[in-house]
Amino acid sequence: MALPQVKQDATGARIASLDLPSGAAWAAESRSEALTRVETMGLPHRRDEYWRYTTPDSLVQVDAPSAAIFESDETPLYHAIDRVKLVFVDGVFSPEMSDDPALGGVEIDMLSDAMATDIHWAKDLYGVLETRGQTPVDRPFAALNTAFASQGVVIRATGKAEKPVNLIYLHKSESSDEILHHVIKVEAGADLTVLENGPAAARCNKCMEVDVADGGAFHHVRSQGRDHERRAVTHIFARLGEESTFKSFTLTVNGVLTRNEVVMELTGDNATAHVAGACLGDGAFLHDDTVFVTHEGEACESRQVFKKVLRNGATGVFQGKILVKQGAQKTDGYQISQSLLLDDDSQFLAKPELEIYADDVVCSHGSTSGAIDEEGLFYLRSRGVPIGEATDLMVLAFLAEAIEEIEDEAIAEDITERLITWLARRR
Amino acid sequence: MAARSLLFEDTMLDIKNLHVKLEEEDKVILKGVNLKLEPGKVHAIMGPNGSGKSTLSYVLSGRDGYEVTEGSATLDGEELLDMEPEERASAGLFLAFQYPVEIPGVGNMTFLRTAVNAQRKARGEDEMSAAEFLKVIRAKAKTLKIDADMLKRPVNVGFSGGEKKRNEILQMAMLEPKMCILDETDSGLDVDAMKLVSEGVNALRDEGRSFLVITHYQRLLDHIKPDVVHIMADGRIIKTGGPDLALEVENNGYADILAEDA
Repeated sequence: MALPQVKQDATGARIASLDLPSGAAWAAESRSEALTRVETMGLPHRRDEYWRYTTPDSLVQVDAPSAAIFESDETPLYHAIDRVKLVFVDGVFSPEMSDDPALGGVEIDMLSDAMATDIHWAKDLYGVLETRGQTPVDRPFAALNTAFASQGVVIRATGKAEKPVNLIYLHKSESSDEILHHVIKVEAGADLTVLENGPAAARCNKCMEVDVADGGAFHHVRSQGRDHERRAVTHIFARLGEESTFKSFTLTVNGVLTRNEVVMELTGDNATAHVAGACLGDGAFLHDDTVFVTHEGEACESRQVFKKVLRNGATGVFQGKILVKQGAQKTDGYQISQSLLLDDDSQFLAKPELEIYADDVVCSHGSTSGAIDEEGLFYLRSRGVPIGEATDLMVLAFLAEAIEEIEDEAIAEDITERLITWLARRR
Repeated sequence: MAARSLLFEDTMLDIKNLHVKLEEEDKVILKGVNLKLEPGKVHAIMGPNGSGKSTLSYVLSGRDGYEVTEGSATLDGEELLDMEPEERASAGLFLAFQYPVEIPGVGNMTFLRTAVNAQRKARGEDEMSAAEFLKVIRAKAKTLKIDADMLKRPVNVGFSGGEKKRNEILQMAMLEPKMCILDETDSGLDVDAMKLVSEGVNALRDEGRSFLVITHYQRLLDHIKPDVVHIMADGRIIKTGGPDLALEVENNGYADILAEDA
C-alpha cells in the first residue's frame, strides 16, 4: 500500500538527512532491512491512530528544534551507588568521562565496535527484537533508530553483575540530535542492573533491545532529565524467557515532549515483567507512555504502574495494552494508570486495553484522574506542615506505588530524594 | 512551655458566639458557641450525633468547607480563625483526628520530623537534628507501645484502629501543643487500647496545656478525668457542669437535658 504523499515526503526528507553508518556485513544488512521498514511504514503522522494524543511532527522534522541547556548544580543521580559509569555527551560516547568498562560477570562493547565485528553475539538481537515489536503496531521511530544508530552499548551478562552499569547522557549542545541504540543480553541465570540518567540531547531517539534468557533477571531504572525544551522518543523491546524477570522504572521530569514505548514479550512460562513510570509535568509538557505486553508463556505475571503529576496545562498520555495469546493460561496481568491533576488546565488521556484469547487468566486494569487528596493535605497542614511542603508530600504519596516498583532500596531512595528536590524547586 | 502572657487573664481557648455554616450549602451547624478553657484544664464536650461537636473541632483547626459567619476563637489571645491550618498548629493547636488519614509513600518518621521542624521554623526556633529527633521519638514511642516498624511504615497505612489513635497521641507528644483537641479519640478502640491512649494523654497533662475532649461516651472520661463537662446540642452548648454531668448523661441519656433546654 502506498504511503500518503505527506508521509512519504516527511519520511524521505528525514532519511535523506541521515547517513547509514558503516559496519560488518551483518550490520549493513540489519540496517538496510530497518531502512526498508521505515520506508514501508513511513514516519508517524498526527492522523495515525497510535499517535492520536501525541503530535509527532517535531520528532519527524529534519532538524531538531533547539533546546536550552539546564545548568544543574545537583549531585548526580546514583552518586552513592557503586556503579560502572558510561558517559554519552549529546549522544556520543566519551571514553575520557567514562569508567573502564571492565565488570565481573558482564561484557561491555561499544555498539560501533560490535557492528564492525564479523562475528558478534549482538547479531542475533540487533534489530531483531525491534522487528518482532513491529507487529501488530508499527513503531517507525524504532526502525529508523535501528537503521541509523551508530552510538550505543552492547552488554552481555553471563553471571551476576558485580555492580550496575550506569549510562549517563549529558546534554551540552542546544541543537543536538541523538540516535542511540543499546543491546542487552542477560544469559540464563544471569543478573544485571542498568541505570540511565540525563537529558541526553535536544532531541533524542533511543532504542534498547533486551533479551532475558531463562532464569535471568534484568533491572532497569531510568531518569529522564529536567531540561525544559528537550524532546525524546524511546523504545524498549524486551523478550523474556522462562522464569525470568524484567523490571523497568522511569522517572520523567520536564521536557516538552517525551514518548516512551515499552514492548514486552513474555515467551517462557512463569516469567515476570514489570514496567513503571512516574512523571512530573509542568506547563508546556507532554509525556506519553505507550506499553504493549504480550503474554505467550503460561503463568506469567505482568504489571504496569504509571503515575503522572500534571500542572499548568501539562498533558499526560497513557496507551497500554495487554495481549494474552491463546494458550497463555494462568496469566496474571495488572495495569494501572493514574494522574494527579494539580489544576484545571492539565489533562490526562488514557487508553487502557486488554485483548485476551485464553480462558484461565486474571487481568485487571484501572485508570483514574483526580485532584490532590484534600483530607491528606489538611492532615499534614494541621500538623504544621506548610501548604507547599504538604502538597509535595501528597504528590510523593501519589507516586509511591510506582516508586515501590524499584526493588533496590538505595536506588529507590535516591530517586525519591531527587523527586523531593525537584518538587521543592518547583514550588 | 513558653512563659505565658498575663495579659489575657489566663484563658487558653476562648470561643465567643461562634456561628458556622457549611460553605457549599445553607446549612447552619454552629449557632453561637461560647466556651472558655483555662490553661492546664481538661474540658469535655458531649452531645448527641449531629450536634456540631466535630464541626467545632474542624473549624478550630482550619479545615476547608466551613464558613464562620459570626464570632471569634482565640488561642492565648491570638485569633485562630484568621490563621492557616499550619499557622494554628505552630501557634500550639493540635487536633487528634477521629479518622486519621493514610498517606502512602511518606514514612511516619519523615512526616513527624517534617512537622516538628516546620513548627520550630515557624516559631523561629532551631530545627531538631536527625539524631536528636530519633532519640526523642524512640523514647516517646516506647511509652505508647509503638514499635520501630510502625515508625518506619507510611503514615497510618495498614495501621489498625488502635494503632492509628496511638499514632495521633505520639504526634501530640512530639509536637508538644498547648491546646489539644481530641475528636472522638475513643471511637473504634477496645478497652485496652483506650487505656493505653488515655495513659498517653494523661502523661501529657501539664499546667500549661489544655485539652478539649470530644466524646459520645462517659467511659473515656473515666480514664481522662475532665474538670468541666459541656453538653452540646443543635450547634450550641446547652449545659455546663462538673464531671458528674457526664455520669448523668451516661445514666439518663440526653433527653432530660434537651428537654430542660427546650
